[in-house]
Amino acid sequence: MAEIHFTSHLRNLVPDGPMSASGVTVGEALDNLVAGQPHVRSYVLDDQGRLRKHVCIFADGERLAHDSALSRRIGPDTKLYVMQALSGG
Amino acid sequence: MSDRLLVATRKGLFTLERKRAGWTADLIGFVGNPVTNALRQDDGVIFAALKLGHFGPKLHRSDDDGRTWREIAAPAFAADTPSAPSLFQIWSLEGGGRHHPNRLWIGAIPAGLFRSDDRGESWQLMDALWNVPERARWFGGGYDDAGIHSISPDPRDPARTLVAISCGGVWETRDDGATWNVLGKGLVAPYVPPEQAEDSAIQDPHRVTRCAAAPDVMWMQHHAGVYRSADAGAHWTRLSLPCDDFGFAVAAHPRDAQTAWFVPALKDEIRMPRDGALCVSRTNDGGKTWQIMRQGLPQRDAYDLIYRHGFDVDHSGSRLAMGSTTGALWTSDDGGERWDLVNAHLPPIYAVSFI
Repeated sequence: MAEIHFTSHLRNLVPDGPMSASGVTVGEALDNLVAGQPHVRSYVLDDQGRLRKHVCIFADGERLAHDSALSRRIGPDTKLYVMQALSGG
Repeated sequence: MSDRLLVATRKGLFTLERKRAGWTADLIGFVGNPVTNALRQDDGVIFAALKLGHFGPKLHRSDDDGRTWREIAAPAFAADTPSAPSLFQIWSLEGGGRHHPNRLWIGAIPAGLFRSDDRGESWQLMDALWNVPERARWFGGGYDDAGIHSISPDPRDPARTLVAISCGGVWETRDDGATWNVLGKGLVAPYVPPEQAEDSAIQDPHRVTRCAAAPDVMWMQHHAGVYRSADAGAHWTRLSLPCDDFGFAVAAHPRDAQTAWFVPALKDEIRMPRDGALCVSRTNDGGKTWQIMRQGLPQRDAYDLIYRHGFDVDHSGSRLAMGSTTGALWTSDDGGERWDLVNAHLPPIYAVSFI
């Protein structure tokens, strides 16, 4: 199960502290997470299921390229951080 | 006259209330967040449209006059929608009028028109408008994509609604959304090659409003000029003003079909009041003659622009309010002759409405 941390700016949507979700890619892990937390989906993904333009994801410390972030393969112990991209500030 | 205003700003949603000592402002929600528009319906329910910079457009509803809020589903483009759009901004919010008390309309960027018949709990894209072949010719005006900023249900006919698109012209349905036709004979666009200038589907109507008591009478601030229609948008006549005829906002008198107000600005590469002097233009005779009103408005060093939804007239037709890009808000109690600065320090203002 990947460990998923969310930016504190979403603290009113998700609990403080990491959540866990299964999946072999970042996109699968997020899909599985929002299946149980559907209100989170529109904050991270757009209408077509793409990563929002001004959301960025780090996997085990690496900032993922926006266009390929959701297809990035992850392991069972991957730590993901879903953060605000400063471009949207 | 109406003593309350709903004011959507770059940093939250406000109500302003006129009391014995003057107008007071209350920040009633979404502190720090852009509120692109807001609507209070006759039963007191308030809808607020947010555009969170990182996390997308959201929609909230209050059933207790703004004391508490609940996030409700924002409209979304389905995964199989042609060209795979995603909602960028809720630009306009409108009720369904007296025939459809549970109806809510949303005009979006990209230019999807969404309808809810359950007070915003669920949404339906008006596919027939999204799929008109002319949409291939629509383009963005101020934003990357075209958007719907004006939605006007016909108070006489429950099946008839008009929308205006920047840049995509004026469209009407007479069968409750099943089919749509482009209107707008007489509109001229100088920003395309001359042979396309009269193409109705590429016009940039910045804002369209209609006279409540005479719904065939409509007023338009176009990207290039001020227009009036006396046949519900089918034909438009360009009006000749003794001042700049660029701008975004227009207010139509609710009972007098000959009266409307505009807020002039230097066209279109400047978008500020001419010479730093803010004024409001008014006609009382259908556009033949105009009054340019400046009393109480700043006449030097003013860089205020009034956005499309930043101008309103109340049900009396006497009280006006306008909010600017610099966060200044003025009201007038005499049809625009004299203005009072109510607040000089609000956040940039997107929308103002009497409630």
